[in-house]
Amino acid sequence: MNATFIEALRSLVGDGLITSREELRTYECDGLTNFRVVPLAVVLPSTAGQVQAIVRLCAQEHVAFVARGSGTGLSGGALPVEGGIVISLARLNHILEVDIANARIVVEPGVINAAVTQRVTPHGYFYAPDPSSQSVCTIGGNVAENSGGAHCLKYGFTTTHVLGLEVVLPDGSLAHIGGTTLDTPGYDLPGVFVGSEGTLGVTTKVTLRIMKRPEVIQTLLAAFDSTNSAGAAVSDIIASGILPAAIEMMDNLAIQAAEAAVHAGYPNCGGLLLVELDGPAAEVEALMLQVRLRCSGASEIRVAQSEAERMVIWKGRKAAFAAVGRISPNYIVQDGVIPRTSLPQVMEEIERLSVVAGLRVANVFHAGDGNLHPLVLYDRRIEGQEHDAEQLSGDILKLCVRVGGSITGEHGVGEEKKMFMPEMFAEPDLQTMQLVRCAFDPDHLSNPGKVFPRTPLCAEKQGPYVPHPLEISGEAQFF
Amino acid sequence: MPEFAKATSAQALGAIVAEGNLREGKSADAICGVIPQLYAEPASETELAQLLAYASREGMRVSPRGGGTTLDWGTAPRAIDLMISTAKLSHILEHAPGDMTITVEAGATIAQIQNALAPHRQRLALDPLWPDVATAGGVVAANDSGSLRIRYGGVRDLIIGITVILPDGTIAKSGGKVVKNVAGYDLPKLMSGALGTLGIISRVVFRLHPLPESTRSLTFPFIDRETANQFMLSITDSIAVPTGLQMRTSASGIIKVDVRIDGIAAGIAAQSEVVCKLAGGVNPIEPDTDQWLAREQLWNSGGDSASICKLSMLPNQLSSTAEFVREALSANAEWTFVMQSTGLAWLRADALDCAQIADFVSALRSFLAPTGGTLVLLKAPPALREKVDVWGNAGDALSLMKRIKEQFDPRGILNRGRFLGGI
Repeated sequence: MNATFIEALRSLVGDGLITSREELRTYECDGLTNFRVVPLAVVLPSTAGQVQAIVRLCAQEHVAFVARGSGTGLSGGALPVEGGIVISLARLNHILEVDIANARIVVEPGVINAAVTQRVTPHGYFYAPDPSSQSVCTIGGNVAENSGGAHCLKYGFTTTHVLGLEVVLPDGSLAHIGGTTLDTPGYDLPGVFVGSEGTLGVTTKVTLRIMKRPEVIQTLLAAFDSTNSAGAAVSDIIASGILPAAIEMMDNLAIQAAEAAVHAGYPNCGGLLLVELDGPAAEVEALMLQVRLRCSGASEIRVAQSEAERMVIWKGRKAAFAAVGRISPNYIVQDGVIPRTSLPQVMEEIERLSVVAGLRVANVFHAGDGNLHPLVLYDRRIEGQEHDAEQLSGDILKLCVRVGGSITGEHGVGEEKKMFMPEMFAEPDLQTMQLVRCAFDPDHLSNPGKVFPRTPLCAEKQGPYVPHPLEISGEAQFF
Repeated sequence: MPEFAKATSAQALGAIVAEGNLREGKSADAICGVIPQLYAEPASETELAQLLAYASREGMRVSPRGGGTTLDWGTAPRAIDLMISTAKLSHILEHAPGDMTITVEAGATIAQIQNALAPHRQRLALDPLWPDVATAGGVVAANDSGSLRIRYGGVRDLIIGITVILPDGTIAKSGGKVVKNVAGYDLPKLMSGALGTLGIISRVVFRLHPLPESTRSLTFPFIDRETANQFMLSITDSIAVPTGLQMRTSASGIIKVDVRIDGIAAGIAAQSEVVCKLAGGVNPIEPDTDQWLAREQLWNSGGDSASICKLSMLPNQLSSTAEFVREALSANAEWTFVMQSTGLAWLRADALDCAQIADFVSALRSFLAPTGGTLVLLKAPPALREKVDVWGNAGDALSLMKRIKEQFDPRGILNRGRFLGGI
């Protein structure tokens, strides 16, 4: 069957087909490299029509497919499925329409996140979601993962900015969900599709909102002796009614790593805070004074004096994950979320867990919205350490749920965290979510096995309709 | 429902809720003139779940009720066997000021929520219609947002968690209590605007925003709508970040643009200056005190024969749409438009006969469709509801929406036939 199937794929996409084992290995994992599966084939369609034909063929032959953007995801969302194919959207990379007057842009899924901002910068606009991988990750991937970034504290997530989508459903049909305007009548399908991690279909076109660039952006660095004192400043800033564009925090280990990698000139301290304000100049000036006041416990406060300085500060922050590679041969990135006020308690507990496990944990946070990125450092060559690191990282997630948070703020559940879903949701909650899956993909062909710990049984319809006895007797009638 | 079946159901349902919490439907409960047979006020999620499970088994047609402010939105029901009110589920369960989140039961009113938040200088940045009566659950189900939308988004952007009771009695949570969370499917968004057709909302978690230190509203009069529309676009294209921006216009020729700026004094002054400059010589007039209640006034001005619709269009089409309406309606028709810079608009039309307004609605839909605009009739006289589909064209995602409905509500008991495409 495989050979016939592959020939059928070839007839659909011509040279956009990869079947050699060597080349397929490029696609065996995404940014989460400890899970690897070599797919049966990789197809690179160039049009939505081709995507549709591929998916239709998969539906006919009952072959699972996994859509893939740039493969930068950190939860194994784009991990291939055994015996399935990968649909790379890399060739659907065109910006189709730019409408500045209405602050909208229509793009194909393979367009790189940063390219959207680049395209509208001359008009004074930007695309708000800014995951750290924005120079390589794609809009299609962002849609699948509902990607965030440092600035979602103020501007929201990918889902905030998606107005409409053209999607190929798992049966190969094409559907337009949402639209070009707000509040399209009917169910909010973009709301449920964005962040569904590729399990509900494949995006082929996205209508996004773009934002007017603020008049002024100011970035402050404040050096505290600990993450707790930095955390207290965060609480003070938020409590005073200021909504910064971003508030980031790094602990000493993360600072060291970032310094080693990009020489951002960060002060060597226990808890570094990065606060960015944007908006009309008069407002930003006044609010920055208030932020400074609330950072009075800091040993050093610095405000970037130029755009270049600001970029260096951000470069250090955005490079933090990769930088940890300089101080440890291996590491696991986590993505827990906690209510902001429980930060001191959680930090203390992470510290304790880290000591017990005998492993170092570097911490990088989106402190404003309580999104933690603990990096568990380990050495794979040391027997048992990988296992211990996974254990520790799992314990941290459970801790986040215990204090009322989430197992993932922006990286997605994917393959990596699906076994933790029951920590956060009861069985009826999970089954209810699966109803959506059954409506979109009853045969489980679209990225099967991800997000949920178990695959649901989908009845085509939930049992036959049983008429009420009164209906049969003609005494009652349903319209 | 025949009398004896009603008696049987009343007995079974009466055993679930406390005495006095189940009664016969009254004319005040009617939706589009249809009086529910029975009316229940469960006092807990468990009771609500049991009521629904019973109704589901018996195939009773159920309509949920919050504050009752938007019950007539959607297609008129053919019959209602049981109305389930969330009036007794109206507690504020948890306000975490430091985390800026609030968990409420579905029956809590918007005003009740705002009053609880105000002492902490916080708010739910949502200004739906009739906040004193409208409930959290109702506002979510009806997806109603007001003038704050331009800055804070709509229901979908402010809801972070939900508990829904499915027709089979399953109590399901989704989302959570933290703003940033991508674990599992985003059912809070799926339920927003679903008009109670997938489940009855029992709890909602919202993210909050600080109350602004001060606020200033400006009103600019214009003599033509195109200039007014251009002015609005120039504001959204400027450094100003208004929290409200709308055009009010009507058959009488009034054209006013309202701008609201929130924040600290220095920011308000600077932004006001920018806005005034963009007005190109038009000076602000003494603002009305109730300009931000303009949507409510569309309903408040009475008249059973009036029709009110919600339109969605591109932000640069406000003036052309208003012109279309002016030309399409006969000279003696009264109409009033509240048009927000987000492209959402509410139109009231009076004094037209039914055939005329039906033609007008389809003409306006055809006018909006090429650029993706839509029109939904919210209030309409019964005769008009017979003539036009209040929802309009459902597009190519309808079969998918129907599959979702089948999964959540296989027997079709919740607001049957009242949603888009007959869902």
